[in-house]
Amino acid sequence: MSKQPAAVIGVGQTHHRAKREDVSMAGLCREAVDRALADAGMGFDDIDAIVVGKAPDLFEGVMMPELFLAEALGAAGKPLLRVHTAGSVGGSTAIVASSLVQAGVHRRVLTLAFEKQSESNAMWALSVPVPFNMPVHAGAGGYFAPHVRSYIRRSEAPTHIGAIVAAKDRQNALKNPYAHLRNPDTTVESVLASQMLWDPIRYDETCPSSDGACALVIADEDTSRSADSPAWIHGTVMRSEPTTAAERDQVNPQAGREAAAALWTQAGISDPLNEIDAAEIYVPFSWFEPMWLENLGFTPEGEGWKLTESGGTALDGVLPVNCSGGVLSSNPIGASGMLRFAEAALQVRGRAGEHQVDGARRALGHAYGGGSQFFAMWVVGAEPPAN
Amino acid sequence: MRDVAVVGFAQRQMAEFDGSPTCVELLVPILAECYEQTGFTRKDIGFWCSGSSDYLAGRSFSFVSAVDAIGVLPPVNESHVEMDAAWALYEAWIKIQTGEVDTALVYGFGKSSAGVLRRTLALQLDPYTMTPLWPDTVSLAGLQARAGIDAGLWDERAMAEVANRSLTDAEKNEYAIRKGGSSVDELLARPMYADPLRKHDCAPVTDGAAAIVIAADDRAYDAVERPAWISGFAHNADALQLGGRDLTRSPSAARAGEAAGGAGVEVAELHAPFSHQELILRGELGLGDDVRINPSGGALTSNPMFTSGLNRIGEAARRVWDGSSDRVLGHATSGPALQQNLVCVMGAEK
Repeated sequence: MSKQPAAVIGVGQTHHRAKREDVSMAGLCREAVDRALADAGMGFDDIDAIVVGKAPDLFEGVMMPELFLAEALGAAGKPLLRVHTAGSVGGSTAIVASSLVQAGVHRRVLTLAFEKQSESNAMWALSVPVPFNMPVHAGAGGYFAPHVRSYIRRSEAPTHIGAIVAAKDRQNALKNPYAHLRNPDTTVESVLASQMLWDPIRYDETCPSSDGACALVIADEDTSRSADSPAWIHGTVMRSEPTTAAERDQVNPQAGREAAAALWTQAGISDPLNEIDAAEIYVPFSWFEPMWLENLGFTPEGEGWKLTESGGTALDGVLPVNCSGGVLSSNPIGASGMLRFAEAALQVRGRAGEHQVDGARRALGHAYGGGSQFFAMWVVGAEPPAN
Repeated sequence: MRDVAVVGFAQRQMAEFDGSPTCVELLVPILAECYEQTGFTRKDIGFWCSGSSDYLAGRSFSFVSAVDAIGVLPPVNESHVEMDAAWALYEAWIKIQTGEVDTALVYGFGKSSAGVLRRTLALQLDPYTMTPLWPDTVSLAGLQARAGIDAGLWDERAMAEVANRSLTDAEKNEYAIRKGGSSVDELLARPMYADPLRKHDCAPVTDGAAAIVIAADDRAYDAVERPAWISGFAHNADALQLGGRDLTRSPSAARAGEAAGGAGVEVAELHAPFSHQELILRGELGLGDDVRINPSGGALTSNPMFTSGLNRIGEAARRVWDGSSDRVLGHATSGPALQQNLVCVMGAEK
């Protein structure tokens, strides 16, 4: 038995900001949900099931918030699932929603991912003391900086590559009306002049903390064929590796490499660099762009930075990466992965507005989480999948 | 739809687990027991899915450490729900239905004793209008029980009958942490705990972990002689706001039961953490007096959060494996006052 075809026919997201004090959690979610439903030309009555994803509940201070949000999300009287797979959760949630359609169980599924970090305190949520573990008290940047240093050493990359990524993504964000950070003056030089936080990661090379949400409507083949510009799902993949294993390579994780290989096979892609027209890759710290380019197989190991340096990942490059501005410009943690998946869908639907890649036919959405150990990815295309 | 069966089940329950809130120390032997039962190894498992709660563990990303119980590299196809692991089992069943994989191992864990459970669960309520009042789980269940008594739908004697049967059945369950039936009159003579609930009307605070293995088509026969084939699997939710609900009913349970096709089951394992909730569920699921309810003793005798629902499905499946029943039902609930419900119907026939 093979998967039933499925496509994204509705995309919605909020305006991402540091603090969305103008809305409740339900109000924030509805902003994304209402836009996705309107895009799909549907109402709650048309939806068979709801899949909600977000990162740790301590980020809002509510245990399983989908329970109190059920009514606002149109889930009363319907199946409601709640996914949590760390930073990759937005991607995993979209994949679980797709699988409900691909399994032939539901025809039209609404999926939502959100984070309203201003309701609680993320540093507190991440700093609860854990018995028998030495507290890091350094945030995610402190955790990932050694991996970046190791990447620079292994690849012999020039030290300004991260700044190229940060300047590019902040400039791309100016073309995305929903992006959180809007810094028109950001250049490679200004990034290099910003405060060093966790050597070699500077302030301007880090993602913001955002309130925001993203929603998708995923539908079966019949519904999608009559929809306006569906983004067909050509492949989905999730891979995880454990936290504790001495042989783990956290710079180029095996789970990411194997996930990408499986994804390209599913999508019938043999040369990802030339066959993928746009990529939305989860880059919370600038250097993760070249690191993930290698991990995903877009370039050989040690050469991701060359693609970045050549301008190949710019909006007019051979592989435009994070045309939306990416995680570096908007980071509602639980929703960040789904935003990558959604932006990939917008590209192949030709609906990315000012940050549209001309003629994009196939795009990648990518998310990762934990200590570079959880991966979720999909490929969407303008045409239905061939297999 | 593909034919998928429950083929393995292992569990541990205790009043207080002397270990980490991620229960990784419990999960390792549980997974080993699953391998032993089914003859599968780690490499035979196509998909992994777990259910647990960060708030129960008192820390973010608690499921991340639990992934270590699976073992080291190579990486696995894996997911997690912030729900009872019964819903993780649903996600795994869906994954098999897509044709992507043929087998899955699902686990759940929770250390309720790490905090004050009835207060922790108050954080599941509306954060703007309800949680600030800290209405705890037992008090909310008391309101629900009282609503049914006032409406003439049940009485304290009917609740005590549920408790007495559960405590009696639990004597044969090595994992039950509260056991020993007496008589309905004796139970009714015990003091009130949260009027109209007595202690035996409320599930004991329980720590634990559990795992289930499912497999499709012929793979199921590799694992067990008489697989428990899943004939219907569905779940449903109601709104949370207690003032907007008839607390004596659980429409989501009725919808899940109808979608799963629960008619004609011989045994039903119901996840009812309070005695009167079993009475509500029996009504909503249309279970007659001829249906054997909770032969394991049920959640009133052992209720490990985030695995208790999965345990109900495992306990029901065991009745098919051992030949004592041909058609069984496992049920799970989540959220305050039976807000969210799941039904899995299994049988000896495909």
